[in-house]
Amino acid sequence: MTTTERWDLRLYTAGQSPKSLAALSNLKRICDEHLPGRYSIEVIDLMKNPRLAKDDEIVAIPTLVRKLPAPLRKVIGDLSNEERALVGLQLRPHK
Amino acid sequence: MGKPERPAAVARAAARTLPKTRTGIEGLDQITEGGLPLGRPTLVCGGPGCGKTLLAMEFLLRGALQFGETGVFMAFEETGEELAQNVRSLGFDLDALVAQKKIALDHVRVEPAEIEENGEYDLEGLFLRLGYAIDSVGAKRVVLDTVEALFGGFTNEAVLRAELRRLFRWLKDRGVTAVITGERGKESYTRQGLEEYVSDCVILLDHRVNEQVSTRRLRIVKYRGTTHGTSEYPFLIDEKGISVLPVTSLQLDHEVSDERVSSGIERLDAMLGGGYYRGSSILVSGTAGTGKTTLAAAFAHETAKRGERCLYLAFEESPHQLARNMRSIGLDLDRYVNKGVLRMHASRPTFHGLEMHLVQIHKMVTEFKPSAVVIDPISNFSSSGSTSDAAMMLLRLIDYLKAQQVTAFLTHLTSGGKAAEATDVGISSIIDTWLLLRDIELGGERNRGLYVLKSRGMKHSNQIREFVITPEGIQLLDVYVGPEGVLTGSLRAAQEAREQAAADALQEEIAAKQREVERLRAELEAQTQHRAETALRRGADSVKVKGKKPA
Repeated sequence: MTTTERWDLRLYTAGQSPKSLAALSNLKRICDEHLPGRYSIEVIDLMKNPRLAKDDEIVAIPTLVRKLPAPLRKVIGDLSNEERALVGLQLRPHK
Repeated sequence: MGKPERPAAVARAAARTLPKTRTGIEGLDQITEGGLPLGRPTLVCGGPGCGKTLLAMEFLLRGALQFGETGVFMAFEETGEELAQNVRSLGFDLDALVAQKKIALDHVRVEPAEIEENGEYDLEGLFLRLGYAIDSVGAKRVVLDTVEALFGGFTNEAVLRAELRRLFRWLKDRGVTAVITGERGKESYTRQGLEEYVSDCVILLDHRVNEQVSTRRLRIVKYRGTTHGTSEYPFLIDEKGISVLPVTSLQLDHEVSDERVSSGIERLDAMLGGGYYRGSSILVSGTAGTGKTTLAAAFAHETAKRGERCLYLAFEESPHQLARNMRSIGLDLDRYVNKGVLRMHASRPTFHGLEMHLVQIHKMVTEFKPSAVVIDPISNFSSSGSTSDAAMMLLRLIDYLKAQQVTAFLTHLTSGGKAAEATDVGISSIIDTWLLLRDIELGGERNRGLYVLKSRGMKHSNQIREFVITPEGIQLLDVYVGPEGVLTGSLRAAQEAREQAAADALQEEIAAKQREVERLRAELEAQTQHRAETALRRGADSVKVKGKKPA
């Protein structure tokens, strides 16, 4: 993967639930460390906009969707395991 | 409250505490005694292809169309287009209902291949989606089909179970009447044990194939806080959706009628003292070619002639063949078919399972509302199921017809070698009037005899009658009973001729004797006359003599 590639991420949350907050802070930390300046995170609060859940087939909360780079990936959970989050986002190949 | 409450009071209390909502599905509301529990989830489970999705969908559609209750269908397996297509064949326009905001569809697709799990999560997204869908149409009814698909998408079963428990609790709190479908498991009602969470009402659907004949059955496994039918009820999926046959327990409390209906044969009416009772069950049994169908057709013809509706179920002949055959003996069935008072329905007994026949007949009776039903014959039913099944089915059918005050006319083919009084379907006990047709072989001829084997509640003739089919119709003739035995057909005719001849001869003799008497009387009178005249003459002479003396 090239270092200039942009990362377009979307995080689905439900209000200010502890899991949602944890996921957001974990995600920010991972991105700052591994993708400095090359990422954007869009947070979608389904409590406010429930109809948006349909678009990315969201069932579980929190769900992180990697829109770019393709292919689309989804990680559900609060991303507390950094190692697995990196693998899940394919920032790091499977060992 | 030391005293036990009366059952009626208990039932009323139950009805008060457990409100129900009607499904609109034919028969289901009867079995559940009012529908599904209002504002609570109901679990519908069964194997693949048992019709659970259809049942759930019909619950929503009928709610929207018949009861003005909007609904949400959350599909985990099929897409909206697939669902719309499925119900279109049943005459429902799902797309239009969605456009009118009467039904909201949401297809939840869970693709395990693109999902990675990392850390704690819950299914709040599902709740929000469902809540959004409910709010968007103001739904009173919700279907989740099949929520167990989630188990394929997520690995953390503990979270899933906790969330499902929360989901059903949440549905109750929202006050929606929900139908949740589940795939039948090996040892439990559902694979994931959903019955543990949805405990108010559990309905089990079943699709069995027995000897290449399939039957669908429905059973209410559990319905908390209310009475319900507990049997397995056959159901049918046809072009109008699901219809469950409420084969209510064989209650013997139906109304009875004193009214008589004509059999279509004057002499037979006379034998029964006026005809069959309206709403009774009549069985005609006999060996092949004894005229069972003819008797049945005569009854159907007579019923239609009176302007009453009659449903003729032919299981051996096509309606056209039957009409042609009956025309040859002066019964014009086509005329009444065209008038719409007679409906003929032909099908092979082996074409469906027994229950299917039962459901179909039930449906036809409900739609057509006949005052009489002819089933010709019932004997073939045992070929599409075991004898006891066939008996059970007929029992249910006759019971149903009786409850509707519909006169049932059944024919039964007695197989050769068996006692004529035995029906192999063993339903004789529920028959009110039983006519027996038998062939009488005598003098190189085969003739038909008819007698009344039993007829409940009416004085009936105990005599055997000869049953003659002529181009003008059916006639019942007295058989010859005398020192020569019972004679029928040409022997009877010969005997009658002989008797006639003897009678004629006797008449002759009497006439001759009478002539003789006349002659003798004339002779006698002549003699008397002569004697009188002689005496008169003599008297006159003696007077003359005496007269002379004093003179």
